[in-house]
Amino acid sequence: MIEGAKWKKWLWFYLPMGMFILGLLFPFYWMLVTTLKPDGELYRPWNHPLYSPFWTSAPTLDHVKSLLLETLFGTWMWNTMLIALVATLISLFCGVIAGYALARLRFRWAGLLGTAIFVTYLVPQTLLFIPLAEIIRDYRIGDTPWALILTYPTFLIPFCTWLMMGYFKTIPKELEECARIDGATRWQAMVYIILPVALPGILSAGIFAFTLSWNEFIYALVFLSSPEQKTVPVGVTSELIRGDVFFWGSLMAGALLGSIPVAFVYSFFVEHYVAGMTGSVKG
Amino acid sequence: MARVLLKDLNKKFDDTHAVKDVNLEIRDREFVVLVGPSGCGKTTTLRMVAGLEDISSGEIRIDEKVVNDLPPMDRDIAMVFQNYALYPHMSVYDNMAFGLKMRKFGRDEIEKRVRQAADILGIQPLLERRPRQLSGGQRQRVALGRAIVRNPRVFLFDEPLSNLDAKLRVQMRVELKRLHHRLETTAIYVTHDQVEAMTLGDRVVVMKDGLVQQVGEPLELYGRPANRFVASFIGSPAMNFAEVTVTNSGEGLWAEAPGLRIRIPESKADVLRRHTGQKIVLGVRPEALRLANGGDGADYAFASTVEVVEPLGNEILLDVRAGNHPLVARVDPATRVKVHDSVRLALDPERLHFFDAKTEAAI
Repeated sequence: MIEGAKWKKWLWFYLPMGMFILGLLFPFYWMLVTTLKPDGELYRPWNHPLYSPFWTSAPTLDHVKSLLLETLFGTWMWNTMLIALVATLISLFCGVIAGYALARLRFRWAGLLGTAIFVTYLVPQTLLFIPLAEIIRDYRIGDTPWALILTYPTFLIPFCTWLMMGYFKTIPKELEECARIDGATRWQAMVYIILPVALPGILSAGIFAFTLSWNEFIYALVFLSSPEQKTVPVGVTSELIRGDVFFWGSLMAGALLGSIPVAFVYSFFVEHYVAGMTGSVKG
Repeated sequence: MARVLLKDLNKKFDDTHAVKDVNLEIRDREFVVLVGPSGCGKTTTLRMVAGLEDISSGEIRIDEKVVNDLPPMDRDIAMVFQNYALYPHMSVYDNMAFGLKMRKFGRDEIEKRVRQAADILGIQPLLERRPRQLSGGQRQRVALGRAIVRNPRVFLFDEPLSNLDAKLRVQMRVELKRLHHRLETTAIYVTHDQVEAMTLGDRVVVMKDGLVQQVGEPLELYGRPANRFVASFIGSPAMNFAEVTVTNSGEGLWAEAPGLRIRIPESKADVLRRHTGQKIVLGVRPEALRLANGGDGADYAFASTVEVVEPLGNEILLDVRAGNHPLVARVDPATRVKVHDSVRLALDPERLHFFDAKTEAAI
């Protein structure tokens, strides 16, 4: 790089980047610091001489202990994991197959169908939960994991379908044609050639679907009522906010622990994930 | 080893008639090239033979058997695509073995065939690599290898050399021809490049707008083009055309246009006599033109002005203007002419072409 242009790079690249990272990571830091603060520090008023919102002088694990021992947090984690996983698998399966059909098979109304599926994704959950509540009552699956496992795909399948449709379109159709000339049926060509090539796309769709179901709030709030059936977001907010009393330490501990699996999944697949978002396949 | 027969083949997409009544017989072991400008229906024809496109009407036979409704896998053909279509997640070896695995060949047989094909193409050192680690020429070889391991009845090539740079293209062209001599498998090759068509094809099929314009051996297409399109498409630089009027001076027929007056040779006089007084198109290839010398009479020579000189080393292309006709002449590299020079050009009377002005068919 040319001498003298260095400060420009600092000004236009590192500085904005640093601010961006700071802004993104601050909530996590806030969660961590609140989790570790003893109650005495947490509820100090702002004009107290020892008021220190951004750090703690006496870190403690009391809030984590009370979260794990006095609430059903473990059960909530298990529920969330189970529901998110099963809902993701169902949606991914349907999304991959539907996306493939919309991207590859030539049939009447294919374009219209694609748009229709997208439109269903645009219907807000705050509107959908009312009719869905009726359905769930009629099938008597309220307050069971099935209430969520079967309703999450209503927004996950359109999402996965669209993501996969886009990804399949980036894969040259010659790959598949070549496989079919090589002696594969359409199905074999999909299983042996297209799916392995589309793996980055499938992983991205899966990660997104998993995160969406992990964080989902409104359906979980409406369809589940007993504490031992709840998911993390609903469990933490309903059990740790009692009336107007906020148990901030435990709330933040719950949020922090609850976000670990998602962070783990992201970092595990991050390479594929990035490829899926940005890249296409080059023959 | 197979014969391919296309009978009254048609393909209609929603609003375009891409292939119109194509009739073609490809003989056993023959290398046939379909050539034409983009959108002429050559690739669609090839894809119908492959089974990748449905046939709107007509019939395709491979060795007497109608294959219209046979899926690609059951036609026993192999195809090489323009973008190679290598499976990116498989090694070169697996790419070549895939077709054999799908057809349930034994492990040893697969190994033997892949090694053999790799030998022929000189890609043994690459067998463990992934496609993205290969250069364009290497990818092309792997794509060829994938086709030849199967030992299919027919090879289909869809512009396989278009993605290569010019030098590599020439080299692969020669290799393809050598490969065909060695394997003697029936092949259909699609290209838009007339040089590829002429050098590779035992016979060449020129297509335009979904219609077959002419089928013939390369030199036949060059020497006796069936119509103006074929004449302009085959040969580089392209044939010169001039609209002329046929006149009869008593002692013979003449082709006349402002600035041009050329005697029509006896061999053509009979057929052209009925066009007397009408407009026709005269065609003359750049290589049938040369600088006139003292011995050339006025019958087959004319004056012109040089506009551009293109020295190519082995020859010089002169862009000249005779009357209001722009012409290209291919002349000896020792020729010394400059822009704006007036030169007399002579033409070879036996290499004149005449086309009907309306139908554009050769007369």
